[in-house]
Amino acid sequence: MTAPAVFARDLTRRFGDFTAVDHISFEVATGEVFGFLGANGAGKTTAMKMLIGLLAPTEGEARVADLDIVTQTEQVRCRIGYMSQRFSLYEDLTVKENISLYGGIYGLSDSTIAERSRNMMESLGLKDELVGKLPLGWKQKLAFSVALLHEPAVVFLDEPTGGVDPITRRQFWELIYAAAARGTTVFVTTHYMDEAEYCDRISIMVAGKIATMGSPGDLKKKWNVSTIDELFVRLARPT
Amino acid sequence: MITTLRAFMVKELRHILRDRQTLTILLLMPLVQVVLFGYALRSDVRDIRLVVVDPSPDYATQELKARFTAGRRFKIVAVAPSFSIVQPLFRQGKADVAVTFDPDFAEHLESNEPARILLAVDASDPNTGTTMQTYAAAVIAEYESELKQRKGRPVMIVPEMRMRFNPSLESVNLFVPGLIALVLTLVSALMTAISLSREKERGTLEILLVSPLRPWQIIVGKVLPYLGLAFANVLTALLAAWLVFHVPFRGSVVLLLAESILYSMVSLAIGVLVAARTTSQRVAMLISLMATLLPSSLLSGMIFPIASMPRLLQVISNVVPARWFIIIARGIMLKGIGVTYLWRETLVLAVMTMFFMAVAVRSFKPRVA
Repeated sequence: MTAPAVFARDLTRRFGDFTAVDHISFEVATGEVFGFLGANGAGKTTAMKMLIGLLAPTEGEARVADLDIVTQTEQVRCRIGYMSQRFSLYEDLTVKENISLYGGIYGLSDSTIAERSRNMMESLGLKDELVGKLPLGWKQKLAFSVALLHEPAVVFLDEPTGGVDPITRRQFWELIYAAAARGTTVFVTTHYMDEAEYCDRISIMVAGKIATMGSPGDLKKKWNVSTIDELFVRLARPT
Repeated sequence: MITTLRAFMVKELRHILRDRQTLTILLLMPLVQVVLFGYALRSDVRDIRLVVVDPSPDYATQELKARFTAGRRFKIVAVAPSFSIVQPLFRQGKADVAVTFDPDFAEHLESNEPARILLAVDASDPNTGTTMQTYAAAVIAEYESELKQRKGRPVMIVPEMRMRFNPSLESVNLFVPGLIALVLTLVSALMTAISLSREKERGTLEILLVSPLRPWQIIVGKVLPYLGLAFANVLTALLAAWLVFHVPFRGSVVLLLAESILYSMVSLAIGVLVAARTTSQRVAMLISLMATLLPSSLLSGMIFPIASMPRLLQVISNVVPARWFIIIARGIMLKGIGVTYLWRETLVLAVMTMFFMAVAVRSFKPRVA
């Protein structure tokens, strides 16, 4: 039996008296597209920051790529990719320069970087121009591809499609599927409920806890709703 | 490890080289500052120190002396009967202008003969020298016309001008070490603070912190390119000082450059610390200006001597790194002394560097507590 790509047990984070993440437990299998949903302030960004090593857990344990996030942080960093909600490539550098920067940071050889950047620019249809001049949708696709450059086991995407038009969003999800098909586990937070339907499995966080978890189809049956949107509203705002 | 750091530094260099406007300003700054400070911020022409050589005091020499001291511009530092006092005072930089009366000044005035005055001016700085000469001549001319009116007949006072050159009184000599400190502070602290807080603001820092880059690598990668820039700036400032103002360089260039790098590291560490503790570029810029540039120019002894500051400010000046660097730089450049006399100041800078670096790396921990 292979270990799960992401594993959390009773993962908790408190800020003073406030418990942002309250004993959450879940598993994500290798190659799965896992949607991590929740309203603003529900604690999903805090949970993700713990998994990628930006924030120490107060309690509980978690493993990413079968590595402990507290004791093996350095190894974890080499095995994950991350794309934040803010666009995070350098606008004053060109496409290639950005790629070779991140390739270098992750210790790829010059020839590997050259080969992968050629492939990436070809498949995205990009020229080697300043990143600042690209339209937002392209920037996001490039940022995602750069997050995958070092072929991480798990890629964490924090609201990757914010402010992007529906067509580009669709293309973006095609990239996500392609990555998952190659065996990369995708851990994604989103506000778009139609995107939640694209995920293999989703969890919905409410007030620091996971309120429900499962495949979109199962969840709709279980809660007797027709869309995830309906389910989300019902859970996030209990009457 | 090495590829990682190299990739990061290449990126930093690209940032610096691509932003042409900022780069031009940074490279030209030492030049402009040396020239501006050299010409503009020189010795004050208000408190002109006057020596009076009066071999035979009479009513006219007394009156003219009183005219000189009536305004705020001149103050008499010495009165002597013989000219031999002037040379040593000029040489020690204790006097700016010497007025020497003819032995029989009043008699000549009475008998309508030309009454002679020798006006010697220290013109080691030609601009100030000319200004001082003009002021002194004006005082004499005014007295002459007043006498004419009083006596109702023409009188003749003939001032004879002499410019004296004294290389030891160059105020620019004292400025250049301070300027180097100022330029280094600006480039090192301000630019690092700005570039690091920009990464924070744009969210790229988060990506770097998630990557295998360690905090110290991010800091070293940020700091080294700017250290190179700072180094270029020191050379420009020294070259400008030497070519434009003929500032002497008596000590070891290598030692001065090494000390400059040490001082840059203190400033860089402060810049990193400021960026680590602030949330936006604007705040980081303002704080690093307040925390480094102001004390470096005002409390370091660069412009105002520390000895003449109020007690409290003197105490505060001890924690201003520029104060120690200026002592070192002045010692090396103007006195030609070596590290045997400067090890204490060097040690202070080294301790400061380690302290700020340690605090900066600590504040930079990726895991926010």
